[in-house]
Amino acid sequence: MEIKKSVISILASNKPDVLARIAGTFSGRGFNIDSITANVTGNPRITRIIITTQGNQDTIIKIEKELNRLVDVHQVTDLTSLDLPLREMILIRMPMTGENHEKIMEIVDRYHGEVIETGSGYGILELTGKKEDMDNALSSLELLGIDDFVRTGSVTL
Amino acid sequence: MKLTGSQILFKALREEKVDTIFGYPGGSVIDLYDELFHQEGIKHYLVRHEQGAVHAADGYARATGKVGVCLVTSGPGATNTVTGIANAYADSIPIVILTGQVPTHMIGKDAFQEVDITGITRPCSKHNFLVRKIDDLGRTIREAFYIAHSGRPGPVLVDIPKDILQGTLEETELFMEIHLPPEPPKEPIDEACAAALTMIRTARKPVIFAGGGVLRGKAVSELMTFANCIHAPVTASLMGLGAFPGTHPRWLGMLGMHGTYYANMAVSHCDLLIAVGVRFDDRVTSKVAEFAPHAKIIHIDIDPVSINKIVKSHVSIISDCREALHRLLSMAGGEVLLSADQTREWLEQIEKWKKAVPLSYCRSAKIKPQYVIEKLYELTRGEAIITTEVGQNQMWAAQFYRFDHPDTFISSGGLGTMGFGLPAAIGAQVAFPDRLVVDIAGDGSIQMNIQELATAVHYNLPVKVVILNNGFLGMVRQWQEMFYGRRYSQTEMKQALDFVKLAEAFGAVGLRATKPEEVEEVLRKGLETPRAVMMDFHVEPEEQVYPMVSPGAGLTDMKLGNLRRDAD
Repeated sequence: MEIKKSVISILASNKPDVLARIAGTFSGRGFNIDSITANVTGNPRITRIIITTQGNQDTIIKIEKELNRLVDVHQVTDLTSLDLPLREMILIRMPMTGENHEKIMEIVDRYHGEVIETGSGYGILELTGKKEDMDNALSSLELLGIDDFVRTGSVTL
Repeated sequence: MKLTGSQILFKALREEKVDTIFGYPGGSVIDLYDELFHQEGIKHYLVRHEQGAVHAADGYARATGKVGVCLVTSGPGATNTVTGIANAYADSIPIVILTGQVPTHMIGKDAFQEVDITGITRPCSKHNFLVRKIDDLGRTIREAFYIAHSGRPGPVLVDIPKDILQGTLEETELFMEIHLPPEPPKEPIDEACAAALTMIRTARKPVIFAGGGVLRGKAVSELMTFANCIHAPVTASLMGLGAFPGTHPRWLGMLGMHGTYYANMAVSHCDLLIAVGVRFDDRVTSKVAEFAPHAKIIHIDIDPVSINKIVKSHVSIISDCREALHRLLSMAGGEVLLSADQTREWLEQIEKWKKAVPLSYCRSAKIKPQYVIEKLYELTRGEAIITTEVGQNQMWAAQFYRFDHPDTFISSGGLGTMGFGLPAAIGAQVAFPDRLVVDIAGDGSIQMNIQELATAVHYNLPVKVVILNNGFLGMVRQWQEMFYGRRYSQTEMKQALDFVKLAEAFGAVGLRATKPEEVEEVLRKGLETPRAVMMDFHVEPEEQVYPMVSPGAGLTDMKLGNLRRDAD
C-alpha cells in the first residue's frame, strides 16, 4: 500500500499531560511524528493539535484508533484526503548587509514574507507558506548565509 | 462542615460502593490511613508487598466483575504496582489504583519517595490522573471508576499529593459530577450484523472463538444461545476459558500454542470463524498468514483498535459482546441459523480429531502434573475458583481443569506475570469467602509473591496453593529442550527449599506428595483444611506441555509428543 504524508487534527483536553499521552501513543505504538503544532482553541478547555505523519492507509487508521482510545482526546480527524491548505512558518536570523540585502528581500517578497526585526547588521525574517515553498525559500536563503532558523509544524483548517 | 481530602476520598469510594481495599501504608498516605481508622464498612487488607495489592485487586475484580481497588504510598509503593497495572491493562481488568504522592509544592524536586507515577504508568494504564486541587478530588475518583469499568475495561491510577489529602474543603463546595470528554460515537452495528447473518447462513464449518470480552461483557448466556442457534463448536483463548462450559459436547478446548489439537485443527479448517471479544494474541494465532486460512472471519469486539490489528476480518462488529450477540439473535428472529443437519458433517470431523489426539499424558512412577490437576478437578467437581501462576502450571491448568462457569479461571494472560496467582487467589477468596479458591503454581512462580501467604494467614483466608514442583522454570526449560539443544541455561532451580516448612513458618498448613499414590490424599486433606494450605507436589521434572505449536509456525504444525492415538 502506498505510503503517503498524512495530516491528523486532534481536539483534546487542554491538560498538562495531553501532549505526552499523544506523543507517547505514537512512540509506544511504533509510529512517527513528522511535525506537531499545538495551541488552545476558542474554548480554553480544548487544545487543537495538528500532527503530520507518514504511513499507508492501514497505519493511519491504526493511529486514529489508538488516539481515539485516549480519554482526553475528543476528536481525531484525518485531513489528508481533504487536500486542505497546509501552512507552516519559519523565522530566520541572518546577516543583512548592503551586499545581500537586496537578494534577501527579493526572496522574502517572492514568498510574501517580511522582515520583522533588524539591527547591528542582522535581520529576522518571517515566512509563511506551503512546506515545499518553505523548503525552497530556506535553500535559497541558505546560500546567502543563514545564522539560525526555527520552523513550526504544519497547520491547516 | 469542612471535609479533609482523606474524607472526600472515602466519601467518593463509598459512592462507588467500594467495601474492599487491598493496600499498604506509607508516609504519603498516612493521613488517608488515619481516616481509614475511623471508617466503617470499608475493609482494608494489608498485603505484604504492593505488587500483591494490585494483583489481589485484579483477582477480586475478575472474580466479581466489580472494580478492584488498591491503595499504596508514593515512590516505591507506587512503582511496586506497575507490573500489576500492566497486567490488568493487558487483560482489560477494571481496577483503580490510588497512589500517594509527595506534597504539591515538592513535586518535581526529587523529594523523598517521589516518582512521576503518572508518567511511568501512562503507557500501561487505561488512564491516570494527578490530582492537583482538592476541588478535583471527589470528581476524579468518580471519573476513575467510570473509566475503569466502561467500554473496554482497564486499570486507572489516581495519584494524590499528601497536602491534598490533608487539605480541607467546605462540604457545600464539593462537586462530584463527572466531567469527561464525550466518548467516540458508537458505530451502528445493524448493517454489520446483517452481513454477519448472511455469512453464517452459508457456512457449513463454523467455529466460535470466545475471548475475555465475553466474560468482561457478561455475555456468557448469549454466547450459549448463539452457539446453539448455529450448532457450532466453541473454542476460547486462555482469557475466554469459562465463557463456554468445559464439559459441553461442542467445547473444543483452548486455542493456540498450547491449545488442543482439535481446536487448532478446527480453526485451521473452518469456513467461518466467529471471534467474540478477542484480540488475536500471537499465542493464539501463531503464524498469522496461516491462521484460519479457509475461513471468513466475523470479529466482534468493543475496542475498534482490536479490529484488523492482527487478523483481517471480513465483517467487524464494534460493540459490547452481549449487545452484538443479542442483536444477531434478535435479527435472526428465533430462526435456527444453521441446523444440526447443516453442521453434522463438520462436527463429525471434529469428533474424529478429538478421538485421534485427545489431551492425555503417560503415567509413570513419578507424579505427573496433569494427574494432579485432573484429581483436583475431580475432587472439586469443577466448582473451585482456579487462579494460576504463569508457565507450564498455567497451561496444564487451562488444559486439564474443565471450566463450566464464568469467572472461575483467573490467570495472567496478556502479560504472563509470574507471581500473579497467589495474590489473585487472595483477592478472589476475599470476594467469595465460602468458595474454594485454588492457586495452581509452579515452584518458580510461587516464589515471586510467596510473601502473600502471610496475608492469607493474617486474614484467615483459606486459599489453597497447589505447587507443581519440578525443580525447573519449566516452560523456559521446555523451550530449551525443544529448541536450544537441551542447554538448560539458568532454568534449574536446585533448591533446598522446603515448601512444607515454609508454609508452616508463615502459619499456613504445608503438605507434600512425592508419589502418585499420595496425590489424592494430599489434595483431599488440603482442600478439606479450612486454612491457608500449601501443597507441594514433586512432579516429573522434565514433563512437557503438549500440544505445542512451534513458535512462528502455523496452528496445524503441532508437536504432539505421545498424544496421538491413531493415524488420522
